[in-house]
Amino acid sequence: MALMLDPNITDPDGFYDELLAAHDGLSAAESANFNARLILILANHIGDREVLAAALAAAND
Amino acid sequence: MVDMRYSTEFTLYPYTKQAAPSDRQPVVIIGAGPIGLALALDLGQKGTPVLVLDDHEGPGQGSKAICFSKRTLDIAHRLGAAAPMVDKGVVWQVGKVFHGQDKLFEFNLLPEEGHRNPAFINLQQPLFEKYLHDAVVAAQSGGAPIKIRGRNRVTAITDQGAFVTLDVQTPDGSYQLEADYLVACDGARSPSRDMLGLSFDGRVFEDNFLIADVRMKADFPTERWFWFQPPFEGAGQSALLHKQPDDIWRIDFQLGWEIDRAHELDPARIRARVDAMLSSQTGTIPDYELAWTSIYTFQCRRMQDFRAGRVFFAGDAAHQVSPFGARGANSGLQDAENLAWRLDLVCKGIAAPDLLDHYCTEREFAADENILNSSRATDFMTPKTDVSRQFRDAVLHLAERHAFARPFVNSGRLSVPCIYDGFTGFGPDALNGPAVTRPGAACQDAPVADGFLLDHVRAGFNLLVLGDGVAEPVTAAGVTAHIAHIPTPTPALAARYLGDHRRAVYLIRPDQHVIARWSDFDANSIANALRATIRQEAAHGADA
Repeated sequence: MALMLDPNITDPDGFYDELLAAHDGLSAAESANFNARLILILANHIGDREVLAAALAAAND
Repeated sequence: MVDMRYSTEFTLYPYTKQAAPSDRQPVVIIGAGPIGLALALDLGQKGTPVLVLDDHEGPGQGSKAICFSKRTLDIAHRLGAAAPMVDKGVVWQVGKVFHGQDKLFEFNLLPEEGHRNPAFINLQQPLFEKYLHDAVVAAQSGGAPIKIRGRNRVTAITDQGAFVTLDVQTPDGSYQLEADYLVACDGARSPSRDMLGLSFDGRVFEDNFLIADVRMKADFPTERWFWFQPPFEGAGQSALLHKQPDDIWRIDFQLGWEIDRAHELDPARIRARVDAMLSSQTGTIPDYELAWTSIYTFQCRRMQDFRAGRVFFAGDAAHQVSPFGARGANSGLQDAENLAWRLDLVCKGIAAPDLLDHYCTEREFAADENILNSSRATDFMTPKTDVSRQFRDAVLHLAERHAFARPFVNSGRLSVPCIYDGFTGFGPDALNGPAVTRPGAACQDAPVADGFLLDHVRAGFNLLVLGDGVAEPVTAAGVTAHIAHIPTPTPALAARYLGDHRRAVYLIRPDQHVIARWSDFDANSIANALRATIRQEAAHGADA
């Protein structure tokens, strides 16, 4: 499976809002910790090492 | 004079006044520690004369290796030394991982069925050495040409090209001797390495670990406890509790870099930490005494080349890792068995000296793998940057609630032998069988009708034939591969060696690594693979 880089989330505005809302009231350090947990949870859900490697490369581009 | 650099736990090879050997020795080993003794035993049992020089008379006291892996026990079994180790050693089942006050998770290391030896045992290193030495004495009385000289300190090594000259100091003066090959098994501070001016490069971890071995008779659970950010007074970044035989418990506290060593070694201060740890889960402080305390820092480093002319390096002398994962003594034992059969074939004139070069190729690769694993564990335990700490803490946070995060928790990955995938002298893989036994892998044990598979794999090269069909010894390049024929494999043996096949033929090196495998007995192909291993043909092509 290749890394999905085309739109794949229905209601993008709603998700973006939910993502920001999850950080409401968090300090910078707490937000960083939240993001770390979120990345690990999503990475495990994806699982595929090639997709994860492609995502790391895409994020660094 | 030969000064004592440390106190010894037992006297195993007392000094006796002896003349210098008049003949050139085929193999001299410096250091009668676990690696030197295993190598001497392996060579002596194969009939190659070996002389071991040690500047003490037995194993040093103190906290050293305590965790010995299944592969080490399989090697020791082949050498006839494993039974007392397993009898005496402690086998762990339950481990608990804590983060601060909270228990993150608990695991039960249920052993995989169908192996003679457990995944690992805890045993004090001096006892491990004593059992190896007992096996040396037994081999000597059976005629094995092994000699050990205690309080014989090597003070100079001169490579003469065609041989090596050693200057040796004893309580009665000095002598010189000559050796065809020298193997330095003289530990992380290897004086041999220094004498030859060879470097030992790598990474020093800026951390101090306090070790306390405590003797405790109380009824205390035989479990491994590991804390990240332990909640005890001044306990540092991590703490570990581990059981050894004879009511001894190993306790480690990771104290950080900027510490006052003398202050931290104050027994009252150590006892305060130990009290807090021992009472944290049971609510009471058991009676105990401090048997040994020390502070150490650790390094991950290796020699660039494990060979300098006629001198080889093995064990901690060649490579050093952090203790997490038990990759020090265990990888050293694998060095010893990798080198033993090569030296044996070269000293007997059966193989060309090129065979020795591949000791370095294979064991340098293994050292890199061990250093990688060890460094990863250390980076998890001691995050070096803000972001690495964020991810580490995220893993610990998630591990309490979710199983997926637990495999990320790294307090050391237990030593397993490396697989020499794609190395010269292995192959073909003409079976399409299970991955665990592919060419390059160390043989997995398995049950057979009358015991265990590894008892059928004898000294030297072996042809393991599973299922019906032809099973005849094959000779090539001056070596005969003996037959180990198991006509009716057990289900566990089939799962590890046959996969979907009814029949398989495995060619196995003297160190029990698989050279090649086939679905049918093809004497020509077997002879070619055997020849390629002994002559390292793929590397040297037409000159073989």
